[in-house]
This record gives sequence, structure tokens and C-alpha cells, in this order.
Amino acid sequence: MPTDQLPERPDGVRRLENVVIRFAGDSGDGMQLTGDRFGAQAAAIGNDVATLPNYPAEIRAPSGTVAGVSSYQLHIADHDITTPGDQPDVLIAMNPAALRANITELRPGGVIILDTDSFTELGLDKAGYEVDPLTDGSLDSYQLFAINLTGLASAAVADHNLKRKDAARTKNMYALGLVSWMFSQPIEDTADYLRKRFASKPDVQAANIAALRAGWIYGETTEAFATVYEVKPAALPPGTYRHMKGNKGIAYGLVAAAHQAGMPLFLGAYPITPASEVLHELSLLTSYDVRSFQAEDEIAAIGAAIGGSFAGMLGVTVTSGPGMALKSEAIGLAVIMEMPLVIVNVQRGGPSTGLPTKTEQSDLLQALYGRHGEAPLPVIAARSPADGFASALEAARIALAYRTPVILLSDSYIANGSEPWRVPELDELPDIGIELATEPNAVDEVGNPVFLPYARDPATLARPLAIPGTPGLAHRIGGLEKQDLTGAVSYDADNHDLMIRTRQSKIDGVDVPPLEVDDPAGPPGSGADVLVIGWGSTWGPIGEACRQVRADGLKVAQAHLRHLAPLPANLASVLSEYHTVLVPEMNLGQLAGHLRRETLIDTVGYNQTRGMPFQVSELASVITRVIQGVVDDDTPEQAAVGGNGAAKVVGDVTARLTAAKAGVGAGGKTTVTHSDATREAGR
Amino acid sequence: MSPTGEAEGAARAEEPAGTAGRRAPTVADFTTANEVRWCPGCGDHAILSTMRGLLPALGVAPENTVVVSGIGCSSRLPYYLDTYGIHSIHGRAPTFATGVSINRPDLSVWVVTGDGDALSIGGNHLIHALRRNVNLKILLFNNHIYGLTKGQFSPASKVGTVSPSSPHGSLDYPFNPIALALGAGATFVARTIDTDRRHLTATLTAAAAHKGAALIEIRQGCPTFNNIPRQPRGSGGATTENDPASPELGPIRLSPGLPIVFGPNDQWGIVRDPNTGELVVGNGGDPRVVVHDPGTQNSTYAYALSRLAETALGEAPIGVYRSVSQPSFDQLFQERLATARPGGRGELRSLLTGSDSWVVAG
Ligand SMILES: Cc1ncc(C[n+]2csc(CCOP(=O)(O)OP(=O)(O)O)c2C)c(N)n1
Ligand code: SF4
Repeated sequence: MPTDQLPERPDGVRRLENVVIRFAGDSGDGMQLTGDRFGAQAAAIGNDVATLPNYPAEIRAPSGTVAGVSSYQLHIADHDITTPGDQPDVLIAMNPAALRANITELRPGGVIILDTDSFTELGLDKAGYEVDPLTDGSLDSYQLFAINLTGLASAAVADHNLKRKDAARTKNMYALGLVSWMFSQPIEDTADYLRKRFASKPDVQAANIAALRAGWIYGETTEAFATVYEVKPAALPPGTYRHMKGNKGIAYGLVAAAHQAGMPLFLGAYPITPASEVLHELSLLTSYDVRSFQAEDEIAAIGAAIGGSFAGMLGVTVTSGPGMALKSEAIGLAVIMEMPLVIVNVQRGGPSTGLPTKTEQSDLLQALYGRHGEAPLPVIAARSPADGFASALEAARIALAYRTPVILLSDSYIANGSEPWRVPELDELPDIGIELATEPNAVDEVGNPVFLPYARDPATLARPLAIPGTPGLAHRIGGLEKQDLTGAVSYDADNHDLMIRTRQSKIDGVDVPPLEVDDPAGPPGSGADVLVIGWGSTWGPIGEACRQVRADGLKVAQAHLRHLAPLPANLASVLSEYHTVLVPEMNLGQLAGHLRRETLIDTVGYNQTRGMPFQVSELASVITRVIQGVVDDDTPEQAAVGGNGAAKVVGDVTARLTAAKAGVGAGGKTTVTHSDATREAGR
Repeated sequence: MSPTGEAEGAARAEEPAGTAGRRAPTVADFTTANEVRWCPGCGDHAILSTMRGLLPALGVAPENTVVVSGIGCSSRLPYYLDTYGIHSIHGRAPTFATGVSINRPDLSVWVVTGDGDALSIGGNHLIHALRRNVNLKILLFNNHIYGLTKGQFSPASKVGTVSPSSPHGSLDYPFNPIALALGAGATFVARTIDTDRRHLTATLTAAAAHKGAALIEIRQGCPTFNNIPRQPRGSGGATTENDPASPELGPIRLSPGLPIVFGPNDQWGIVRDPNTGELVVGNGGDPRVVVHDPGTQNSTYAYALSRLAETALGEAPIGVYRSVSQPSFDQLFQERLATARPGGRGELRSLLTGSDSWVVAG
């Protein structure tokens, strides 16, 4: 925060440009709801907001332990922001474990508001504290507000007929009221929300609203807090806005796509974190002719979706990595049947069950290549929560226009993160409808009209789609190779070769907008020497890191790939204009390898798989080091790793191994590796 | 025809669209020009020709008929019927068929599958399609062997089946498809035989009339890999005077409303053991001989009948084991859609705007 940011105003309200707040508590303490409401309040007063929920994989990890801590971080600002912030300025800790799990990340001098209620011997013990941090001086460098939130909340709701335990549970709303007061946020929207949410439980409803108000009043009336903060509205482009989570954005983008295509939406899905919410959202929308079907597994889910597409629906399936693995055979079928289908993969940490609630970008190669046979398909990626909507619409557009399955990659950070989204006017949305075949499109040798399901549109190479119920066009298709034009089963070698090349050409020819570069210093070739390129959810951190680096007086260019297959046609020429191309990824270099394969340009990787988005400061420092030519190719092991250009950047491990050999802790910091030989190739 | 007829507000037919007002379809209308490629003598030929004869009689137009199959010899069948069809992937046919059927109540959807396809790799999808009561007619071609992959034992093969992958005899216990379907809650379960065209036609016709999931096990001969005895009862095969389980007898035929008696001069009958409630083979003249009733809601009776194959008889009886009425998943799915939007589809812009939006002025 920047308490040092701006001077205090005479009325005692200190204006902030931005602030990062983290609510942390036990998984049962309602921190996700609290954070979500705070974000909605901030958005409603016009702040730009970016959020980062973080919770354990277990529904209820042992209470009071560090493993059971759930948190929700928000970045609110009076200007355009794209990340949830690196370090919290304010930490709300509902128990000792929440303090312990989060304190190291709090900015020095930051504000701690903590609930003293569970700072008992038992509570401290569960959290693994040997000495009480409230008394040992370890919090001296922070502004500490130690308050018995549970006790105050319980007292505030004493009149509401709740059991003791239930009364204590209103502490999250008490904390929200207090923090809302501190940041000059009205709480009426949240009171309305609680009215609706607990409509069927009047006592709980009244108690939660009472706790929320009491928290606010506590701030107002006690003298404990000297300063009130305020973040002014951000100057967003005019329009109607909404606080949007990535999963919901994707769901709404799919609904809009079906609307713009004039088709019903049919979803086949099997629950899996972090994709289930798309299923949940779509299941609510029956009145928009959204048909959602919870299948017995991911294979059945995609099978039903393909069946839906065959029957004239916009077929969609959503899942996460393990489910993608199960779907791969059916995706191949959709490729050879040339059926429109949208496959959403909300990525999580892998392999296998991996880190189910954490974010990662490690399914890119699976999306691009994870099928048997030559099975090309378009792959696109959402870059932020608000982008979920537009990217889902784009995935559906391509799927329909080219009669192909399309993979849309999102990730856990986009899925659960949220930010303001400008609600589009309907006339801004593209028309993505397609003509279904209704008439025979050829004649046979004796002049009878026939339908050729594998004749092609010369421009797009798309085949005609005729759906059941259309007289005279009945045909049978499946997984066996098809004869060109007729679609009949064909084992002919030349035909197979032709069909493979045709399917590839069709995907290669998908219209993809050119790659744009953001570089205030000038167009490619005459601006910065270093280009940072990413895909998916790294867009926010990379963008903010570039802005910081530029603010330090250095030149850096940024580009972001929405389309990963096919790649923009100008990609190679753009990349070759830069001395160094830096590719930060939350994997071990999957895009970097893809770029090298497709453009023969080698890049510098910066890679981490810690389950959390990149920190802006971390990326800014990497970019700065790359610009200054400080890369670790002096380390022999890394030169070896980076030097062959193929095995990219296993920097972290190498660094640790090196450090271990030298007997020093590597500190877990990822290392940039670089190949000189290939840097030249990149010119 | 627009798939989205509905989106434009047109009412959607609740029944497969018929051929009213058109020339009645013929066998030729359901026949493709494709050369049929099954081994000579394969039971699949007979089933195909029965289907071709049957479909025109059902009054559903070819374009409103969809046949979905998995992978296997049997799963080639869609190529030979001039309807819409999907030759999908191994074991998954019920999933594709579900996606077609629940979205399009105007279509008549059939699934063609083999014992490997349906009971092994696709076991999960089979039980779930039956459990949900999706309006599918599932024809399970049971040759007790993997035909297409050249003769390995299947989950329907008897213990001890010698095959390329079980040269010393298979060790695993087989599924009884009828018992499995009943266990999954199937509302229509029947068994028939490739060589008895009349029985096959009658059984498939009954299945077609059923609203909901129908599982029809068709005992199918595979002369190439599994030449199981295939002559039906009364077809002139030798009988064994004193063995009700003699394979030569052929399977018992179940007829609704008739007592279950069989053997030369109907000398045996199925009676209920008064002590255990189980079905056993008794004397054909016993007054306690069971009268067949496939409409019994409780599936215990049908289950006991299916299990006779393993205890007292050479093979499971043929006929309709169970036929009960229960709303299909398709019907419930469509009703939910219809009640959710009585005044037409919701307005997109209001959905996108929601109730928590705010306006930034220009
Ligand atoms: C995923 C997958 N695994 C294995 C196969 C190979 N395969 C094709 S058909 C088949 C078994 C077919 O047996 P059945 O279902 O009894 O049909 P039949 O050929 O006897 O009619 C197998 C194992 C395949 N096509 N796909
Ligand atoms: S292998 Fe058996 S099942 Fe397959 S076509 Fe030949 S006879 Fe029929």
C-alpha cells in the first residue's frame, strides 16, 4: 500500500492508488465468500480489481493447521491492473495458522488485523507456534491490530437465537464490515447479498447482517484505527461492467456463442476441479436453452457432446487435465468426423491428480499433440478472467466455421480469479452461425442427386454438415478413414494421405489475427531488443512487469498468444526482429519448444511450477536481467541444458543441484537459462 | 430442416417424425449400396436383414432414424442401413447416442454393440444409459467372443474358453447380460436369437415400441471364431429326454401370460420354490408353474429367470424379461427445458448484465 503513496487528506482519509489485501483463515471460516464480497464491493464503487483465491485440496483439512488455511487475495486500484498483486499490504488472519502461513509474504510495515480468539495454547500449538507471536516481538515491524473478532461478533449477534458455534461463525462478516469501513467501502450490497443468500434461514440472515454492521461500527467508533483509506474509482472505458470470474466468463461466452450461432448449447461434463463451476453455471441456464448433462465420466461427457453436435447442437465439454487424458480418443474421433466441438481444459497442477486446486500451464503440449495419429486441431487460450468470455466465443466461432474440435485452455488462476468485465452490447458480438446442408450437393454417375459429406468449401476446407431429420442427406460417419468427398470407408493409401494433408491444411488455414506487439519504444525492429512473449494467464503478470521495467527507463516489448494452433502467420517475422525473446511459463518450457518447432527461433525460458501465478516483481527482475544481458549461461550445467535448445530450462533443478553440490541452499528461486548459440539463430 | 427449429419458436415433435403423407418407406429405402463384409454364415447378416425388414414397418422415416455403434464386427452395421449413423469408438456408442437422443426427441435412436464393446470396454456406459432410461434401443450382438480382433475370449465367454489369449482356458467368470441390465434398472430387457427371424422381429418390434432404454441381447453365431450351437428350440435338433439343461433343447421361450413349460411334451416347467422363493425347474404339470409376466415392476422375478441359465438350464430363456413403464430421461430432460422457458428463451443481454453490474459513464 503504499501508505507512503499519497499524503493524508485533511479529513483523515488517506488516498491510495492501489492496495493488496489478503483474507486468510481456516477452510471453515468463510474466507472465500468474504474475499469475494470485498471484491464485489470494490468493483461496484468502480475500482479495478483482480483476485486470487487459494485454498487447500481437501474440503476440510484439519482445522487450525497451516494445511487447512484458505485465503483470498485482492488487488484493488484506481487504475488499470491485471494481477492480484505480489505482496499483501494488509493481512486479515482469522487464526494463528493463517498468520503463520501468510506472514512471510506480507509487505514489511504492512497492516495485520488478527482475531485473537484462537491465539490460545491449543491454537498456537496446532499452527506450530512454539511462542506466541503476539508477545515475542516478531510482529513489531508491522502495524498490528489484534482484536477478538470472534468474541465481538458473537456478542453482536447474541439476540439472534443462534447456537454458540453458529454465532461465532459470523466472525467473517464482522471482519468484512471492519475492513470495509477501513477502506471506505459501502456494505449495503453485501447486506443485500446476505438477505438473498440466507433467505430461507431468517436467524442466520439477520445475524450475518448484524455482524457485518457491527464490524463496520467497530471501526467507526473505536479509536484503534487512526486512518481510513480510500481507493478512488479507476478510469475504465465507458460501459456496463460486472465483476467476472474466469469460469463464469467462459460459461457466459459459450451461451453467447450458441445465441450468436442460433443453436442450442449442449454441455456434456463430469465434475472436476477447477472446471466444475462451468458445469454449475451452465446448469443454471436452462431457461436460455442451455442443455447440460452430467455424464458418468469424461469419456461419456465428450461422447454425448459429439452426439449433440451431430444432432445440431453446439456441443461443448469442459474438464481439467486428468479428464483431458480420458477424452483424447474421442477428440480424435471428432477430428476425423470433422465435427464442431468446444473442449475447455481448465488446467491445474499435474501430472495425475497433481495439485488439483493450484494453477499451472502444463497441458499445452497435450492440447497441441496429445492424440494418436495426425490429429490437428485449433488451440486457443484465455489470458485473464474477463477474457474467458471472448475466448469461449472465439473457440466456438472456429469450431463451427471449420467443423473441428477446438481446445480452449484456461487455468485454475483464471477460473477462480475475478476482475471487472465490460458487458458487451449484443450488436458487438460476432455472428457465428453456419448454414446446415439441406439439399444434395452433387449428382452421381447416372445423374441422381447425392450428398457428399466430405466435399469442401474451397475457402475454409470445411465440409457440409447435414443433421438427422434432413431428408435425402442421410449418411454415416465414424472413425474409419473416409474417402474424399463421399465419406465412405476407404482403406486406400493415397486417399488416406490426401485426407491427412487436407485435415492439416484446414487447420493451418484457420483465420487467426496477426500477433500484435506492445512496445511504446517502437515497432518490432526499431524498439526494444527484448520481447517477452507468453500465453494464457501469464498475460497479467507479464504486462505489469513490462510496465514496471519501462518505468525504470528500460525498453521491453510484450506480445501474447491467444492462438496457439495455428499460430499467427507473422509470428516468426515478429520474433526474429528481437535480439532476445523471453518466454515465462508456468511449466518447463512448453511454449518455448513449440515456438522453436514452428519458427526455428530459440528463446530464453523462465519457468516455474509452484502452483501460483508469477509475481510481478519476480518477472520484472528477470526481464531486467535479460535486458542487461545477465543470464546464467556461465553456469556449466545450465549451459548444457540450455545449449542444445531442445531441453529448455530446467533451471530450477539445475540451480538446486548446483547449489546442493556447493553446499548452499538454492532458496527455491528459478533461474533463467539461455543458449548463446540459439540466441544467434533468433536474430 | 433446422436443428434449431426450436430456437425459432417452432414446436418440436415429441415423437420420431413419421412418414405420413409420403410414400411408405421400403426395405430399399433403408438399404445402402455398401457391400456387406461379414464372414459367410455370420449371424450379423441375419440381424441386418431383419433390421432392414423391420424399420420400414415402424413408420419412422429413414432420416429420423439414427444408428450408433461402437467398434467390432457387429458395429459395422450402421454402414449397411441408409439412415443417419455414427460408427464411433470402442465401447462408447451409448454416450454418443445419448447426446443425440436427449436433444432430439424427434429421432429414433438405435445402438449396435458387441459383447466386448458393451460389456468390457463399454460396461460403464451401458449401465448408465440403462440406469438413466435413455430412449435408446440397444442391440447387443452376443457371440461370446471378440470377433474383429480375431477371437479372444470376451466378458461373455464361459469359464475355460480356449482362445488365442487364453490358450489354456479362460479363468474369468462371465457376465450374464440380462442380469446385468436388470441390475442396472433397465426398463426393457429381452433376449433373442439371430437364427429365428420371427422371434427376432417380434422382439425388436416390442423394443422399438418401448419408451425408454431397451436392452436386447441377441445370441449371435460367429462361425469363424466361436461356433456356438445355435439351433432354437423346436427347430428339429435332437432332444434329450431326461435333461432339461441339454443344449440340444434350445432356449426356453417366454411368452407373456403363458406358463413357462418346455421340453418334449412340455414335460418340464419353471416353478417357484415355496421355501426360498427361487425359480427352479420342476414338473411341467405342476400347478405352481410360473405364468410369465414381463410387466412385473419388481425385477426380482426377471432376475431369477435370467439366472436359471447358470443353475438349471443350458442357456437363458429367450423373450421379453421385463417391460415396465417409467418416464425416459429424454422426456424428463425435454420437460425440464420446456418448463424453464415457458415464454421462450431468456434474453441474453440481461443474463450477461446480471444484477450486480455498474455503469462507467463516458
Ligand atoms: C480403444 C480400443 N481398444 C481396442 C480396440 C480393438 N478392438 C476392436 S473391436 C474389439 C472387440 C470386439 O468384440 P465384440 O464387441 O464382441 O464385437 P464383435 O467383433 O465380436 O462383433 C476390440 C478389442 C479398439 N478398436 N479400440
Ligand atoms: S469374425 Fe465372427 S462375428 Fe466377425 S464377421 Fe466373422 S463370423 Fe461374424
